Amino acid sequence: MKDVITSPKLHDCRDAFVAVLERLGADNPRIVAVCNDSVGSSKLGGFKSKWPERLVNVGIAEQNMVGVGAGLANGGLLPFVCGAACFMTGRSLEQIKADIAYSNANVKLIGISSGMAYGELGPTHHSIEDFAWTRVLPNLPVIAPCDSIETAAAVEWAAHYEGPVFLRLSRVGVPDLLPPDHKFELGKANLLRDGGDITLVANGTLTHRMLKAADILAEQGIEARVLNIATVRPIDVEAVVDAARETGAILTAEEHSTFGGLGSAIAELVVAEAPVPMKILGVPGIFAPTGSAEFLLDEFGMSPAAIAEAAVALIARKSSRA
Amino acid sequence: MQPNDLDRIARQIRLRDLQAVFEAGAGHIGGEMSAIDILTALYFRVLRIWPDQPKHPERDRFVLSKGHVALALYVTLAKRGFIPEEEVGTFLKPHSRLNGHPNCNKVPGVETNTGPLGHGLPVAVGMAKAAKLTGANYRTYVMTGDGEMQEGSNWEAIASAAQFGLDNLTLIIDHNRFQQGAALKDTNNLAPFPAKLEAFGWDVTEINGNAMDEIVPALEHRGERPHCIVAHTNKGHGISFMQDKVDWHHKVPNAEQFEIAVAELSEAL
Repeated sequence: MKDVITSPKLHDCRDAFVAVLERLGADNPRIVAVCNDSVGSSKLGGFKSKWPERLVNVGIAEQNMVGVGAGLANGGLLPFVCGAACFMTGRSLEQIKADIAYSNANVKLIGISSGMAYGELGPTHHSIEDFAWTRVLPNLPVIAPCDSIETAAAVEWAAHYEGPVFLRLSRVGVPDLLPPDHKFELGKANLLRDGGDITLVANGTLTHRMLKAADILAEQGIEARVLNIATVRPIDVEAVVDAARETGAILTAEEHSTFGGLGSAIAELVVAEAPVPMKILGVPGIFAPTGSAEFLLDEFGMSPAAIAEAAVALIARKSSRA
Repeated sequence: MQPNDLDRIARQIRLRDLQAVFEAGAGHIGGEMSAIDILTALYFRVLRIWPDQPKHPERDRFVLSKGHVALALYVTLAKRGFIPEEEVGTFLKPHSRLNGHPNCNKVPGVETNTGPLGHGLPVAVGMAKAAKLTGANYRTYVMTGDGEMQEGSNWEAIASAAQFGLDNLTLIIDHNRFQQGAALKDTNNLAPFPAKLEAFGWDVTEINGNAMDEIVPALEHRGERPHCIVAHTNKGHGISFMQDKVDWHHKVPNAEQFEIAVAELSEAL
């Protein structure tokens, strides 16, 4: 199914986010945007020019930003709280836990520039812990779309979903991978390519790298299944268990620490339901060295070629078990 | 309802709170006693609320940011008809809706979950801002402890409330001068509060927070800026041996102390 790659053009998913937000905002006056002086980085300039009063900028104060979001929801509004993912989750984790998740507030948390999107700005600005921090919280779906199509679909879904959501966006350009009419379903994996030798799982900026890795593997006669799993919580149990049973090995890659993220979520499920060899690619529990986002993904073994090599090694482990 | 009637209700709430702490063997009785007069004034005089419609869009909002005195709120909500009065007896029992900190998804009348300090005021700012954006007429009240004002998130919220011009927001600081481990002045003394709030662009009223004839007018204050009531209260108010003793932050009376406390509160009824 690699022909779903419809365009080599790279898109910034933030553009898809604000396009949908502004379209929905035109019909629904309850939609407000909340930010922490992040009008530019969240690309809220268009929203602000259309509805200046509906842009609630609390200044550089993330704890207040999340709390205010909960209060706006209590007052009947539909807040999209936007800020750099590293500060929103790290600085305000207790607000996300108590005010949003535990209170079950109808607030959409939009973590911008997640992963290592801020590259050279360094580990203070990398958000490679946010899956781990948020996916342990009840009531809070955790979603990382792989392209602008899935971003738009997920924003549309989130606006109609009654309850809190954490949506994790990057600023690094990615190609469109999903069909233009894609509808987002919470907790539903997308089969991007079928195969029986191994399953490659990714989300966010790693999904297109996984597809490229699958191309490399195909040249070697290895048929890899590729699953895009945007929803880290709740995970798609059926797709993961089927992948384990039908392909016998699972390789995951994510723009996140190897501790506690997408790979961990899948491993927790696989070990309980269908144990098979697994490998989790990501940032290996260190603070990243200086480098761009793309450089760092390569540095940590997530270039398409390195992913393909890891897949071959994993398949060898599968064979040695048999 | 007049101050004398409110005083009588406050004493009944104190008595029920004391009994519940004694029966449950836990609670935060000192801070409950300091806050109860204000809670009574809010729920029986000031707040526009409908106990049979706890989610009514036009209801006034009250946020108990010092969520550890949840029991005082539960007793007040029960007396006002939000929950059955007999349910107070389930406080802290397994699967009770009434745990040590209030849960808005379980207890009608609770607006947001509190417990970790420094959360209620930012949420209250959001509530008040929502009213401004939607044109709703409800007012938002939030009560913090004085020690709780040490949390930096409160000052983020205080600054934004002034920036947003939230004249529909009232912050009540329960200034009982004691926090969990020691006196406020011996820990991180933010007092005096008024000049600090005024510097941020708030109106400030200082009152005796255990005197109904001062509480009611302060809560009914209307101005053009966010309003802070610095309520000078006594930890353990109404029970002589608890008053202003830091130990009674969350100590539980023994049988003898309980009898003395019941007698003192009943005498005043």
